[in-house]
Amino acid sequence: MKVIQIVEPLKAKVVVKGDLGETEITGGYCGDLLSDCIANATEGSGWITIQSHPNTVAVAVLVGMACIVVTNSQDIGEPTVQRAVKEGVTLLSTPLTSYQAVAVLSGLGVPGTRKHG
Amino acid sequence: MADRDPLYEVSREIVGADFQSSGDISGELKKILLQAGFPPPFIRRIVIAAYEAEMNVVIHAFKGTFTTVIYHDKVHININDEGPGIPDLELAFQEGYSTAPPHVRELGFGAGYGLSNMRKCSDALEIDSRVGVGTRVSMDFLVNSQRDGAEVEK
Repeated sequence: MKVIQIVEPLKAKVVVKGDLGETEITGGYCGDLLSDCIANATEGSGWITIQSHPNTVAVAVLVGMACIVVTNSQDIGEPTVQRAVKEGVTLLSTPLTSYQAVAVLSGLGVPGTRKHG
Repeated sequence: MADRDPLYEVSREIVGADFQSSGDISGELKKILLQAGFPPPFIRRIVIAAYEAEMNVVIHAFKGTFTTVIYHDKVHININDEGPGIPDLELAFQEGYSTAPPHVRELGFGAGYGLSNMRKCSDALEIDSRVGVGTRVSMDFLVNSQRDGAEVEK
């Protein structure tokens, strides 16, 4: 599934496009602690989080995530937007809670993935 | 022996409290390691440890120097910072223990997993710290280590 296909089901706003029409989303990870996410999320996953500061973009790049989904319509400041543009990271904003967003992605068949070992 | 000579060496300055561009050094390192053709699980664990080490300087120290030396069969990372130092290393290694201030924790940092992530991901980790002076972190990552068996769990 491409990232663009999760936008409407999540009622999401595309804040930074990145390459959402081409990027495959192969799994999902939900978390707000950056040490947890960088250690356990997998490449190609969609990251559900309420964190919206610039360093979330750094973590997404380091893991190789397919996109960041910021939940609860959390404010996304200009520095975060600029960093996502620079790194080509797709940044979505949804009014859904993290739990609701996970449920939507799960319903679409996106599996929860984690790094093993 | 040519095999023992470094293939590449890079040094970068880390600025304390700069949460805007923090993570960039680890990001640059990831690109270099990908270009060098190292296996993805090897790159992944280096990137995790590098990010934690970089963020520790950003969160706790005034400034630091991040040096990476790449050999054909291993990667060495050395981080020197000027900062408060770590009074009790044993305590600092405990998962969940952190001295990060609340405004840093609200950003999703400072959960107390940094040092343990670094230890899990590296083949050798050494920390020298002097309170009120600074901290030196040294990590080695060996290609073909047993740690590279990581797979994705679904």
